[in-house]
Amino acid sequence: MPKQEKWELRLYVAGQTTNSMLALKNITKYCKHHLEGRYVIEVIDLLKNPQLAEGDQIFAIPTLVRKVPEPLRKIIGDLSNEEKVLVGLNIRPVAD
Amino acid sequence: MLKIKQEKLHKTPTGISGLDEITNGGFPMGRPVLICGSAGCGKTLFAAQFLIKGITDYNEPGVFMSFEESASDLTQNFKSLGFDFEKLQAEKKLSIDHVRIERTEIEETGEYDLEGLFIRLNYAIDTIGAKRVVLDTIESLFSGMENVALLRSEIRRLFTWLKEKGVTAIITGERGESSLTRQGLEEYVSDCVILLDFRVIEQIATRRLRIVKYRGSTHGTNEYPFIIDEDGISVLPVTSLKLDYKSSTEIISTGLPLLDKAFTTGGIYRGSSTLITGTAGTSKTILASHFALSSCMRKERTLYFSFEESPDQLVRNMATIGIDFEQAIQSKMLHIHASRPSLLGLEMHLMVLNRLLTELNPRTVIIDPISSLISIGNSSEVGAMLVRLMDTLKINQINALFTSLAHEGYSEHSNSTIDLVSSLADTWLNLKNEERNSQRVRSLFIVKSRGMGHSNNQQDFTITDKGIHFTTPNKK
Repeated sequence: MPKQEKWELRLYVAGQTTNSMLALKNITKYCKHHLEGRYVIEVIDLLKNPQLAEGDQIFAIPTLVRKVPEPLRKIIGDLSNEEKVLVGLNIRPVAD
Repeated sequence: MLKIKQEKLHKTPTGISGLDEITNGGFPMGRPVLICGSAGCGKTLFAAQFLIKGITDYNEPGVFMSFEESASDLTQNFKSLGFDFEKLQAEKKLSIDHVRIERTEIEETGEYDLEGLFIRLNYAIDTIGAKRVVLDTIESLFSGMENVALLRSEIRRLFTWLKEKGVTAIITGERGESSLTRQGLEEYVSDCVILLDFRVIEQIATRRLRIVKYRGSTHGTNEYPFIIDEDGISVLPVTSLKLDYKSSTEIISTGLPLLDKAFTTGGIYRGSSTLITGTAGTSKTILASHFALSSCMRKERTLYFSFEESPDQLVRNMATIGIDFEQAIQSKMLHIHASRPSLLGLEMHLMVLNRLLTELNPRTVIIDPISSLISIGNSSEVGAMLVRLMDTLKINQINALFTSLAHEGYSEHSNSTIDLVSSLADTWLNLKNEERNSQRVRSLFIVKSRGMGHSNNQQDFTITDKGIHFTTPNKK
Protein backbone atom coordinates (compact mmCIF):
# COMPACT_ATOMS: atom_id res chain seq x y z
CA MET A 1 0.00 0.00 0.00
CA PRO A 2 1.64 3.26 -1.09
CA LYS A 3 2.26 5.55 1.88
CA GLN A 4 0.89 8.64 0.17
CA GLU A 5 -2.48 7.20 -0.70
CA LYS A 6 -5.46 8.90 0.88
CA TRP A 7 -8.07 6.81 2.69
CA GLU A 8 -11.65 7.78 2.10
CA LEU A 9 -13.99 6.29 4.64
CA ARG A 10 -17.70 6.72 5.03
CA LEU A 11 -19.60 5.93 8.16
CA TYR A 12 -23.34 5.42 7.77
CA VAL A 13 -25.38 6.07 10.89
CA ALA A 14 -29.05 6.58 11.69
CA GLY A 15 -29.28 9.31 14.28
CA GLN A 16 -27.10 9.38 17.35
CA THR A 17 -27.56 5.83 18.53
CA THR A 18 -25.15 4.18 20.95
CA ASN A 19 -23.78 1.83 18.29
CA SER A 20 -23.28 4.65 15.80
CA MET A 21 -21.51 6.92 18.28
CA LEU A 22 -19.31 4.07 19.44
CA ALA A 23 -18.42 3.20 15.85
CA LEU A 24 -17.44 6.79 15.11
CA LYS A 25 -15.31 6.98 18.23
CA ASN A 26 -13.61 3.68 17.40
CA ILE A 27 -12.82 4.38 13.77
CA THR A 28 -11.53 7.88 14.59
CA LYS A 29 -9.21 6.35 17.16
CA TYR A 30 -7.86 3.65 14.78
CA CYS A 31 -7.34 6.13 11.96
CA LYS A 32 -5.47 8.56 14.18
CA HIS A 33 -3.26 5.75 15.23
CA HIS A 34 -2.60 4.07 11.89
CA LEU A 35 -3.42 6.56 9.16
CA GLU A 36 -2.54 9.95 10.67
CA GLY A 37 -2.96 12.70 8.07
CA ARG A 38 -3.98 10.29 5.31
CA TYR A 39 -7.65 9.79 5.94
CA VAL A 40 -11.08 11.39 5.60
CA ILE A 41 -14.11 10.16 7.50
CA GLU A 42 -17.44 11.28 6.15
CA VAL A 43 -20.39 10.63 8.43
CA ILE A 44 -23.73 10.16 6.67
CA ASP A 45 -26.88 10.25 8.75
CA LEU A 46 -29.51 8.24 6.87
CA LEU A 47 -32.29 9.74 8.92
CA LYS A 48 -31.44 13.01 7.20
CA ASN A 49 -30.48 11.57 3.82
CA PRO A 50 -32.35 8.29 3.36
CA GLN A 51 -31.82 8.36 -0.40
CA LEU A 52 -28.10 7.69 0.09
CA ALA A 53 -28.64 4.23 1.55
CA GLU A 54 -29.24 2.48 -1.74
CA GLY A 55 -26.10 3.69 -3.49
CA ASP A 56 -23.65 2.03 -1.14
CA GLN A 57 -25.98 -0.92 -0.50
CA ILE A 58 -26.44 -0.12 3.18
CA PHE A 59 -28.77 -2.34 5.16
CA ALA A 60 -27.06 -2.53 8.56
CA ILE A 61 -26.34 0.38 10.87
CA PRO A 62 -23.66 1.39 11.56
CA THR A 63 -21.73 0.53 8.39
CA LEU A 64 -18.25 1.71 7.60
CA VAL A 65 -17.41 1.82 3.90
CA ARG A 66 -13.91 2.09 2.52
CA LYS A 67 -14.34 3.95 -0.77
CA VAL A 68 -10.66 4.52 -1.49
CA PRO A 69 -8.43 2.65 -1.92
CA GLU A 70 -10.37 0.19 -3.97
CA PRO A 71 -11.79 -2.42 -3.82
CA LEU A 72 -14.75 -1.35 -1.78
CA ARG A 73 -14.89 -2.85 1.68
CA LYS A 74 -17.62 -2.75 4.30
CA ILE A 75 -17.56 -3.32 8.01
CA ILE A 76 -20.79 -3.44 9.92
CA GLY A 77 -21.15 -3.06 13.66
CA ASP A 78 -19.82 -0.75 16.35
CA LEU A 79 -16.24 -1.54 15.24
CA SER A 80 -15.25 -2.56 18.77
CA ASN A 81 -12.80 -5.22 17.63
CA GLU A 82 -9.74 -3.28 16.43
CA GLU A 83 -7.99 -6.30 14.96
CA LYS A 84 -10.99 -7.18 12.82
CA VAL A 85 -11.43 -3.60 11.62
CA LEU A 86 -7.79 -3.32 10.61
CA VAL A 87 -7.87 -6.60 8.77
CA GLY A 88 -11.22 -5.75 7.24
CA LEU A 89 -9.99 -2.40 5.94
CA ASN A 90 -6.66 -3.89 5.03
CA ILE A 91 -4.80 -1.28 7.08
CA ARG A 92 -1.27 -2.28 7.96
CA PRO A 93 0.08 -0.95 11.23
CA VAL A 94 2.57 1.92 10.79
CA ALA A 95 5.30 -0.17 12.39
CA ASP A 96 5.34 -2.50 9.32
CA MET B 1 -52.58 -2.68 24.74
CA LEU B 2 -54.11 -4.11 21.63
CA LYS B 3 -57.42 -2.79 20.56
CA ILE B 4 -59.81 -5.51 19.61
CA LYS B 5 -61.68 -4.52 16.52
CA GLN B 6 -64.99 -6.11 15.78
CA GLU B 7 -65.13 -4.88 12.25
CA LYS B 8 -64.67 -7.19 9.31
CA LEU B 9 -61.17 -7.81 8.02
CA HIS B 10 -60.44 -5.59 5.07
CA LYS B 11 -58.96 -7.30 2.05
CA THR B 12 -56.62 -6.36 -0.73
CA PRO B 13 -57.38 -7.96 -4.10
CA THR B 14 -54.40 -10.03 -5.21
CA GLY B 15 -54.72 -9.55 -8.95
CA ILE B 16 -54.08 -13.26 -9.33
CA SER B 17 -56.91 -14.82 -11.25
CA GLY B 18 -58.91 -17.20 -9.09
CA LEU B 19 -57.09 -16.47 -5.84
CA ASP B 20 -59.45 -13.79 -4.61
CA GLU B 21 -62.25 -16.29 -4.89
CA ILE B 22 -60.47 -18.80 -2.66
CA THR B 23 -59.48 -16.18 -0.11
CA ASN B 24 -62.89 -14.51 -0.16
CA GLY B 25 -61.56 -11.24 -1.43
CA GLY B 26 -57.78 -11.27 -1.31
CA PHE B 27 -55.00 -10.80 1.20
CA PRO B 28 -55.48 -9.15 4.59
CA MET B 29 -55.12 -5.43 3.97
CA GLY B 30 -52.13 -3.81 5.63
CA ARG B 31 -50.59 -7.04 6.82
CA PRO B 32 -47.71 -9.23 5.77
CA VAL B 33 -48.36 -12.44 3.85
CA LEU B 34 -45.82 -15.23 3.65
CA ILE B 35 -45.47 -17.10 0.36
CA CYS B 36 -43.32 -20.18 0.72
CA GLY B 37 -42.27 -22.98 -1.57
CA SER B 38 -39.24 -24.73 -3.01
CA ALA B 39 -37.02 -23.24 -5.70
CA GLY B 40 -38.78 -22.69 -9.01
CA CYS B 41 -42.30 -22.92 -7.68
CA GLY B 42 -43.22 -19.42 -8.81
CA LYS B 43 -42.77 -17.36 -5.63
CA THR B 44 -41.15 -14.37 -7.29
CA LEU B 45 -43.67 -14.34 -10.12
CA PHE B 46 -46.49 -14.57 -7.60
CA ALA B 47 -45.11 -11.58 -5.72
CA ALA B 48 -44.43 -9.60 -8.90
CA GLN B 49 -47.92 -10.20 -10.22
CA PHE B 50 -49.42 -9.04 -6.92
CA LEU B 51 -47.42 -5.85 -7.21
CA ILE B 52 -47.95 -5.15 -10.89
CA LYS B 53 -51.67 -5.90 -10.88
CA GLY B 54 -51.94 -3.74 -7.80
CA ILE B 55 -50.59 -0.84 -9.83
CA THR B 56 -52.38 -1.48 -13.10
CA ASP B 57 -55.74 -2.74 -11.81
CA TYR B 58 -56.16 -1.13 -8.40
CA ASN B 59 -53.94 1.94 -8.61
CA GLU B 60 -51.87 0.93 -5.62
CA PRO B 61 -48.18 1.78 -6.05
CA GLY B 62 -45.72 -0.87 -4.94
CA VAL B 63 -42.17 -1.43 -3.77
CA PHE B 64 -40.23 -4.49 -4.85
CA MET B 65 -37.31 -5.13 -2.54
CA SER B 66 -35.26 -7.87 -4.07
CA PHE B 67 -32.57 -9.70 -2.15
CA GLU B 68 -31.70 -11.98 -5.03
CA GLU B 69 -32.21 -10.67 -8.54
CA SER B 70 -31.09 -7.25 -9.67
CA ALA B 71 -33.57 -4.68 -10.93
CA SER B 72 -32.45 -5.19 -14.52
CA ASP B 73 -32.77 -8.98 -14.24
CA LEU B 74 -36.27 -8.65 -12.84
CA THR B 75 -37.24 -6.20 -15.56
CA GLN B 76 -35.94 -8.59 -18.19
CA ASN B 77 -37.56 -11.68 -16.69
CA PHE B 78 -41.01 -10.22 -16.45
CA LYS B 79 -41.03 -8.54 -19.83
CA SER B 80 -42.29 -11.75 -21.43
CA LEU B 81 -45.34 -11.64 -19.18
CA GLY B 82 -46.15 -8.14 -20.28
CA PHE B 83 -45.08 -6.58 -17.01
CA ASP B 84 -43.42 -3.33 -17.99
CA PHE B 85 -41.28 -2.49 -14.97
CA GLU B 86 -39.46 0.36 -16.68
CA LYS B 87 -42.63 2.20 -17.61
CA LEU B 88 -44.13 1.81 -14.14
CA GLN B 89 -40.90 2.99 -12.55
CA ALA B 90 -40.87 6.04 -14.79
CA GLU B 91 -44.45 6.77 -13.77
CA LYS B 92 -43.37 6.60 -10.12
CA LYS B 93 -45.77 3.77 -9.45
CA LEU B 94 -43.15 1.12 -8.90
CA SER B 95 -39.90 1.20 -7.01
CA ILE B 96 -37.38 -1.60 -7.25
CA ASP B 97 -34.63 -1.79 -4.68
CA HIS B 98 -32.06 -4.50 -5.04
CA VAL B 99 -30.42 -5.23 -1.70
CA ARG B 100 -27.14 -6.83 -2.65
CA ILE B 101 -25.33 -8.57 0.13
CA GLU B 102 -21.83 -9.56 -0.81
CA ARG B 103 -20.43 -11.75 1.91
CA THR B 104 -16.89 -11.34 0.69
CA GLU B 105 -16.83 -7.57 1.02
CA ILE B 106 -18.50 -7.41 4.41
CA GLU B 107 -16.91 -7.81 7.83
CA GLU B 108 -18.87 -7.80 11.06
CA THR B 109 -17.63 -6.51 14.35
CA GLY B 110 -19.71 -5.55 17.33
CA GLU B 111 -23.29 -4.52 17.71
CA TYR B 112 -25.46 -3.39 14.82
CA ASP B 113 -29.05 -3.40 13.62
CA LEU B 114 -30.85 -3.41 10.26
CA GLU B 115 -31.99 0.18 10.49
CA GLY B 116 -30.45 0.80 7.07
CA LEU B 117 -32.91 -1.62 5.52
CA PHE B 118 -35.82 0.02 7.33
CA ILE B 119 -34.73 3.44 6.13
CA ARG B 120 -34.43 2.26 2.53
CA LEU B 121 -37.81 0.61 2.59
CA ASN B 122 -39.43 3.55 4.31
CA TYR B 123 -37.91 5.95 1.81
CA ALA B 124 -39.10 3.87 -1.14
CA ILE B 125 -42.61 3.52 0.29
CA ASP B 126 -42.96 7.20 1.07
CA THR B 127 -41.51 8.38 -2.24
CA ILE B 128 -44.21 6.71 -4.35
CA GLY B 129 -46.93 6.36 -1.71
CA ALA B 130 -46.76 2.58 -1.87
CA LYS B 131 -49.60 0.42 -0.61
CA ARG B 132 -48.00 -2.89 -1.54
CA VAL B 133 -44.55 -4.22 -0.73
CA VAL B 134 -42.67 -7.34 -1.77
CA LEU B 135 -39.62 -8.69 0.05
CA ASP B 136 -38.05 -11.39 -2.11
CA THR B 137 -36.40 -13.35 -0.40
CA ILE B 138 -35.52 -11.88 2.95
CA GLU B 139 -33.90 -15.15 4.00
CA SER B 140 -30.95 -14.24 1.80
CA LEU B 141 -29.84 -12.07 4.71
CA PHE B 142 -29.05 -15.23 6.64
CA SER B 143 -26.52 -16.39 4.10
CA GLY B 144 -24.89 -12.97 4.07
CA MET B 145 -24.56 -12.35 7.78
CA GLU B 146 -23.23 -14.13 10.82
CA ASN B 147 -25.32 -12.90 13.70
CA VAL B 148 -28.41 -15.10 13.34
CA ALA B 149 -29.98 -14.15 16.65
CA LEU B 150 -29.82 -10.48 15.75
CA LEU B 151 -31.22 -11.10 12.28
CA ARG B 152 -34.18 -12.94 13.72
CA SER B 153 -35.12 -10.19 16.10
CA GLU B 154 -34.65 -7.59 13.37
CA ILE B 155 -36.83 -9.49 10.93
CA ARG B 156 -39.49 -9.76 13.59
CA ARG B 157 -39.22 -6.01 14.09
CA LEU B 158 -39.45 -5.47 10.33
CA PHE B 159 -42.73 -7.37 10.07
CA THR B 160 -44.22 -5.41 12.95
CA TRP B 161 -43.00 -2.23 11.32
CA LEU B 162 -44.62 -3.17 7.99
CA LYS B 163 -47.91 -3.67 9.79
CA GLU B 164 -47.65 -0.29 11.47
CA LYS B 165 -46.82 1.24 8.13
CA GLY B 166 -50.10 -0.17 6.86
CA VAL B 167 -48.76 -1.75 3.69
CA THR B 168 -49.89 -5.13 2.40
CA ALA B 169 -46.64 -7.04 2.08
CA ILE B 170 -45.62 -10.31 0.47
CA ILE B 171 -42.62 -11.98 2.02
CA THR B 172 -41.25 -14.94 0.16
CA GLY B 173 -39.43 -17.80 1.80
CA GLU B 174 -37.68 -20.93 0.60
CA ARG B 175 -39.22 -24.20 1.71
CA GLY B 176 -37.28 -25.84 4.55
CA GLU B 177 -36.89 -29.55 5.21
CA SER B 178 -39.02 -29.78 8.30
CA SER B 179 -40.58 -26.33 8.36
CA LEU B 180 -42.41 -24.18 5.86
CA THR B 181 -39.41 -21.91 5.44
CA ARG B 182 -35.74 -22.51 6.11
CA GLN B 183 -35.51 -19.84 8.75
CA GLY B 184 -38.92 -20.43 10.25
CA LEU B 185 -40.34 -17.11 9.04
CA GLU B 186 -43.81 -18.56 9.55
CA GLU B 187 -43.30 -17.90 13.25
CA TYR B 188 -43.25 -14.17 12.59
CA VAL B 189 -45.82 -13.84 9.85
CA SER B 190 -48.91 -15.19 11.42
CA ASP B 191 -51.69 -13.55 9.47
CA CYS B 192 -51.61 -15.34 6.18
CA VAL B 193 -49.36 -18.12 4.92
CA ILE B 194 -49.56 -19.59 1.43
CA LEU B 195 -47.65 -22.62 0.26
CA LEU B 196 -46.76 -23.18 -3.38
CA ASP B 197 -45.83 -26.60 -4.61
CA PHE B 198 -44.44 -27.95 -7.85
CA ARG B 199 -44.45 -31.65 -8.57
CA VAL B 200 -44.63 -34.08 -11.42
CA ILE B 201 -47.46 -36.57 -11.45
CA GLU B 202 -47.44 -39.15 -14.25
CA GLN B 203 -45.00 -37.05 -16.30
CA ILE B 204 -47.27 -34.03 -16.13
CA ALA B 205 -45.93 -31.09 -14.18
CA THR B 206 -48.49 -29.80 -11.75
CA ARG B 207 -48.40 -26.72 -9.62
CA ARG B 208 -50.45 -26.51 -6.50
CA LEU B 209 -51.31 -23.77 -4.05
CA ARG B 210 -52.60 -24.14 -0.52
CA ILE B 211 -53.59 -21.58 2.06
CA VAL B 212 -51.92 -22.86 5.21
CA LYS B 213 -53.24 -20.15 7.42
CA TYR B 214 -55.41 -17.09 7.15
CA ARG B 215 -56.18 -15.52 10.46
CA GLY B 216 -59.57 -13.92 10.86
CA SER B 217 -60.90 -15.05 7.52
CA THR B 218 -62.57 -18.05 6.01
CA HIS B 219 -60.75 -19.55 3.07
CA GLY B 220 -60.67 -22.60 0.89
CA THR B 221 -58.60 -25.35 2.46
CA ASN B 222 -57.97 -27.49 -0.58
CA GLU B 223 -54.89 -27.72 -2.66
CA TYR B 224 -55.68 -25.68 -5.72
CA PRO B 225 -53.94 -26.23 -9.04
CA PHE B 226 -52.42 -23.17 -10.62
CA ILE B 227 -50.72 -22.55 -13.90
CA ILE B 228 -48.11 -20.15 -15.17
CA ASP B 229 -48.58 -19.01 -18.72
CA GLU B 230 -48.16 -15.86 -20.79
CA ASP B 231 -50.71 -14.11 -18.57
CA GLY B 232 -48.89 -14.96 -15.35
CA ILE B 233 -50.36 -17.06 -12.57
CA SER B 234 -53.95 -18.25 -12.58
CA VAL B 235 -55.37 -20.33 -9.80
CA LEU B 236 -58.15 -22.71 -10.64
CA PRO B 237 -60.63 -22.83 -7.81
CA VAL B 238 -62.01 -26.34 -7.64
CA THR B 239 -64.86 -25.53 -5.36
CA SER B 240 -68.18 -25.62 -7.09
CA LEU B 241 -70.28 -22.57 -7.51
CA LYS B 242 -73.61 -22.04 -5.91
CA LEU B 243 -76.73 -23.52 -7.40
CA ASP B 244 -78.45 -20.21 -7.82
CA TYR B 245 -78.24 -19.62 -11.55
CA LYS B 246 -81.24 -18.53 -13.54
CA SER B 247 -82.95 -21.06 -15.73
CA SER B 248 -84.18 -20.14 -19.12
CA THR B 249 -87.51 -21.34 -20.46
CA GLU B 250 -86.44 -20.69 -24.02
CA ILE B 251 -86.28 -23.80 -26.15
CA ILE B 252 -83.54 -24.41 -28.68
CA SER B 253 -83.14 -27.10 -31.28
CA THR B 254 -80.80 -30.06 -30.96
CA GLY B 255 -80.02 -29.54 -34.62
CA LEU B 256 -82.24 -32.46 -35.65
CA PRO B 257 -85.94 -31.59 -36.05
CA LEU B 258 -87.01 -35.19 -35.57
CA LEU B 259 -85.05 -35.47 -32.36
CA ASP B 260 -86.57 -32.20 -31.17
CA LYS B 261 -89.97 -33.78 -31.57
CA ALA B 262 -89.01 -36.50 -29.12
CA PHE B 263 -89.21 -33.87 -26.40
CA THR B 264 -92.63 -32.57 -25.41
CA THR B 265 -91.19 -29.08 -25.44
CA GLY B 266 -89.99 -29.44 -29.01
CA GLY B 267 -86.32 -29.04 -28.13
CA ILE B 268 -84.03 -28.55 -25.17
CA TYR B 269 -83.75 -25.60 -22.82
CA ARG B 270 -81.29 -22.84 -23.57
CA GLY B 271 -78.33 -22.96 -21.22
CA SER B 272 -78.84 -26.60 -20.35
CA SER B 273 -76.23 -29.30 -20.61
CA THR B 274 -76.50 -32.38 -22.72
CA LEU B 275 -74.50 -35.56 -22.44
CA ILE B 276 -74.13 -38.00 -25.30
CA THR B 277 -72.77 -41.39 -24.38
CA GLY B 278 -72.01 -44.32 -26.60
CA THR B 279 -69.35 -46.83 -27.53
CA ALA B 280 -66.84 -46.17 -30.31
CA GLY B 281 -68.39 -45.48 -33.70
CA THR B 282 -71.89 -44.68 -32.54
CA SER B 283 -71.93 -41.22 -34.18
CA LYS B 284 -71.45 -39.14 -31.06
CA THR B 285 -69.37 -36.58 -32.93
CA ILE B 286 -71.92 -36.37 -35.73
CA LEU B 287 -74.72 -35.67 -33.30
CA ALA B 288 -72.55 -33.07 -31.59
CA SER B 289 -71.78 -31.50 -34.97
CA HIS B 290 -75.46 -31.19 -35.81
CA PHE B 291 -75.91 -29.41 -32.52
CA ALA B 292 -72.95 -27.13 -33.22
CA LEU B 293 -74.15 -26.27 -36.70
CA SER B 294 -77.67 -25.43 -35.56
CA SER B 295 -76.17 -23.05 -33.00
CA CYS B 296 -74.12 -21.39 -35.76
CA MET B 297 -77.24 -21.16 -37.91
CA ARG B 298 -78.94 -19.24 -35.10
CA LYS B 299 -75.96 -16.84 -35.33
CA GLU B 300 -74.76 -17.92 -31.94
CA ARG B 301 -71.06 -18.26 -31.50
CA THR B 302 -69.98 -21.84 -30.90
CA LEU B 303 -66.84 -23.23 -29.35
CA TYR B 304 -65.96 -26.80 -30.27
CA PHE B 305 -63.32 -28.59 -28.19
CA SER B 306 -62.02 -31.52 -30.11
CA PHE B 307 -59.75 -33.92 -28.26
CA GLU B 308 -59.60 -36.56 -30.96
CA GLU B 309 -59.60 -34.88 -34.33
CA SER B 310 -57.78 -31.90 -35.73
CA PRO B 311 -59.97 -29.00 -36.91
CA ASP B 312 -59.16 -29.82 -40.54
CA GLN B 313 -60.07 -33.44 -40.19
CA LEU B 314 -63.29 -32.63 -38.40
CA VAL B 315 -64.28 -30.13 -41.08
CA ARG B 316 -63.45 -32.59 -43.87
CA ASN B 317 -65.30 -35.49 -42.27
CA MET B 318 -68.39 -33.48 -41.51
CA ALA B 319 -68.46 -32.08 -45.05
CA THR B 320 -68.97 -35.61 -46.39
CA ILE B 321 -72.23 -35.92 -44.51
CA GLY B 322 -73.49 -32.49 -45.41
CA ILE B 323 -72.48 -30.57 -42.30
CA ASP B 324 -70.82 -27.42 -43.54
CA PHE B 325 -68.40 -26.30 -40.88
CA GLU B 326 -66.21 -24.46 -43.37
CA GLN B 327 -68.68 -21.65 -43.81
CA ALA B 328 -69.44 -21.47 -40.10
CA ILE B 329 -65.75 -21.02 -39.39
CA GLN B 330 -65.41 -18.35 -42.08
CA SER B 331 -68.33 -16.41 -40.68
CA LYS B 332 -66.59 -16.62 -37.29
CA MET B 333 -69.56 -18.42 -35.77
CA LEU B 334 -67.59 -21.58 -35.11
CA HIS B 335 -64.27 -21.92 -33.36
CA ILE B 336 -62.69 -25.35 -33.20
CA HIS B 337 -59.99 -25.87 -30.62
CA ALA B 338 -58.18 -29.16 -30.96
CA SER B 339 -55.65 -30.52 -28.56
CA ARG B 340 -54.35 -33.86 -27.37
CA PRO B 341 -55.70 -34.56 -23.91
CA SER B 342 -52.42 -36.02 -22.70
CA LEU B 343 -50.43 -33.03 -23.87
CA LEU B 344 -51.40 -30.91 -20.92
CA GLY B 345 -52.69 -31.49 -17.45
CA LEU B 346 -56.39 -31.34 -16.85
CA GLU B 347 -56.16 -27.97 -15.15
CA MET B 348 -54.37 -26.55 -18.18
CA HIS B 349 -57.15 -27.75 -20.46
CA LEU B 350 -59.73 -26.20 -18.21
CA MET B 351 -57.74 -22.98 -18.09
CA VAL B 352 -57.60 -22.86 -21.88
CA LEU B 353 -61.31 -23.47 -21.94
CA ASN B 354 -61.93 -20.76 -19.39
CA ARG B 355 -59.83 -18.32 -21.36
CA LEU B 356 -61.58 -19.09 -24.64
CA LEU B 357 -64.89 -18.60 -22.86
CA THR B 358 -63.84 -15.12 -21.86
CA GLU B 359 -62.29 -14.30 -25.22
CA LEU B 360 -64.95 -15.63 -27.55
CA ASN B 361 -67.99 -15.37 -25.35
CA PRO B 362 -69.67 -18.35 -27.05
CA ARG B 363 -73.33 -19.26 -26.62
CA THR B 364 -72.67 -22.92 -27.21
CA VAL B 365 -69.78 -25.10 -26.06
CA ILE B 366 -69.06 -28.63 -27.18
CA ILE B 367 -66.52 -30.89 -25.56
CA ASP B 368 -65.80 -33.94 -27.64
CA PRO B 369 -65.18 -36.16 -25.77
CA ILE B 370 -65.23 -35.19 -22.12
CA SER B 371 -64.11 -38.70 -21.28
CA SER B 372 -60.58 -37.89 -22.46
CA LEU B 373 -60.39 -35.16 -19.86
CA ILE B 374 -61.50 -37.60 -17.22
CA SER B 375 -58.91 -40.14 -18.26
CA ILE B 376 -55.98 -37.79 -17.74
CA GLY B 377 -56.88 -36.90 -14.21
CA ASN B 378 -56.88 -39.53 -11.56
CA SER B 379 -58.04 -37.84 -8.45
CA SER B 380 -61.26 -36.72 -6.92
CA GLU B 381 -60.52 -33.15 -7.86
CA VAL B 382 -61.12 -33.99 -11.50
CA GLY B 383 -64.74 -34.45 -10.60
CA ALA B 384 -64.81 -31.21 -8.69
CA MET B 385 -63.28 -29.37 -11.61
CA LEU B 386 -65.80 -30.75 -14.04
CA VAL B 387 -68.61 -29.75 -11.74
CA ARG B 388 -67.17 -26.28 -11.68
CA LEU B 389 -66.83 -26.20 -15.44
CA MET B 390 -70.44 -27.20 -15.89
CA ASP B 391 -71.54 -24.65 -13.32
CA THR B 392 -69.57 -21.93 -15.10
CA LEU B 393 -71.25 -22.78 -18.38
CA LYS B 394 -74.62 -22.79 -16.72
CA ILE B 395 -74.19 -19.47 -14.99
CA ASN B 396 -73.28 -17.93 -18.31
CA GLN B 397 -76.35 -19.51 -19.92
CA ILE B 398 -74.18 -21.40 -22.36
CA ASN B 399 -75.62 -24.41 -24.14
CA ALA B 400 -73.26 -27.24 -23.32
CA LEU B 401 -72.86 -30.56 -25.01
CA PHE B 402 -70.44 -33.26 -23.92
CA THR B 403 -69.79 -36.55 -25.59
CA SER B 404 -68.45 -39.42 -23.59
CA LEU B 405 -67.03 -42.69 -24.75
CA ALA B 406 -68.56 -45.74 -23.11
CA HIS B 407 -66.73 -49.02 -23.30
CA GLU B 408 -68.28 -52.18 -24.63
CA GLY B 409 -69.23 -54.50 -21.85
CA TYR B 410 -69.13 -51.88 -19.18
CA SER B 411 -72.11 -49.97 -18.05
CA GLU B 412 -71.96 -46.18 -18.22
CA HIS B 413 -72.00 -46.28 -14.45
CA SER B 414 -68.67 -48.01 -14.12
CA ASN B 415 -66.78 -44.75 -13.90
CA SER B 416 -67.65 -42.53 -10.98
CA THR B 417 -66.65 -39.39 -12.85
CA ILE B 418 -68.88 -40.23 -15.80
CA ASP B 419 -71.51 -40.91 -13.22
CA LEU B 420 -71.02 -37.44 -11.86
CA VAL B 421 -71.17 -35.81 -15.28
CA SER B 422 -74.31 -37.70 -16.17
CA SER B 423 -75.97 -36.66 -12.94
CA LEU B 424 -75.15 -33.05 -13.73
CA ALA B 425 -76.36 -33.19 -17.30
CA ASP B 426 -79.90 -32.03 -17.93
CA THR B 427 -80.36 -34.19 -20.97
CA TRP B 428 -78.70 -37.52 -21.50
CA LEU B 429 -78.73 -39.30 -24.83
CA ASN B 430 -77.31 -42.74 -25.28
CA LEU B 431 -76.26 -44.01 -28.70
CA LYS B 432 -76.02 -47.66 -29.61
CA ASN B 433 -74.96 -49.94 -32.44
CA GLU B 434 -76.86 -53.19 -32.55
CA GLU B 435 -76.91 -56.16 -34.81
CA ARG B 436 -80.38 -56.95 -36.11
CA ASN B 437 -80.93 -59.43 -38.95
CA SER B 438 -77.19 -59.32 -39.75
CA GLN B 439 -77.35 -55.61 -40.10
CA ARG B 440 -75.88 -52.94 -37.99
CA VAL B 441 -78.55 -50.67 -36.69
CA ARG B 442 -77.81 -47.34 -35.10
CA SER B 443 -80.17 -46.12 -32.47
CA LEU B 444 -80.66 -43.30 -30.01
CA PHE B 445 -82.34 -43.40 -26.66
CA ILE B 446 -83.19 -40.53 -24.33
CA VAL B 447 -82.03 -41.63 -20.90
CA LYS B 448 -83.30 -38.54 -19.18
CA SER B 449 -84.32 -35.00 -19.84
CA ARG B 450 -84.97 -32.68 -16.96
CA GLY B 451 -88.07 -30.55 -16.88
CA MET B 452 -89.78 -32.00 -19.92
CA GLY B 453 -91.52 -35.07 -21.10
CA HIS B 454 -89.74 -37.15 -23.68
CA SER B 455 -90.15 -40.12 -25.90
CA ASN B 456 -89.41 -43.51 -24.41
CA ASN B 457 -88.82 -45.03 -27.79
CA GLN B 458 -85.53 -46.21 -29.08
CA GLN B 459 -85.09 -44.34 -32.31
CA ASP B 460 -83.20 -45.94 -35.13
CA PHE B 461 -81.23 -43.76 -37.48
CA THR B 462 -78.83 -43.99 -40.38
CA ILE B 463 -76.03 -41.71 -41.48
CA THR B 464 -76.72 -40.24 -44.90
CA ASP B 465 -75.04 -37.56 -46.96
CA LYS B 466 -77.23 -35.12 -45.07
CA GLY B 467 -76.17 -36.35 -41.67
CA ILE B 468 -78.29 -38.24 -39.18
CA HIS B 469 -81.57 -39.51 -40.58
CA PHE B 470 -84.15 -41.07 -38.25
CA THR B 471 -85.86 -44.10 -39.65
CA THR B 472 -88.51 -44.81 -37.05
CA PRO B 473 -91.30 -42.33 -36.56
CA ASN B 474 -91.25 -40.55 -33.24
CA LYS B 475 -94.08 -40.78 -30.80
CA LYS B 476 -94.66 -38.28 -28.07
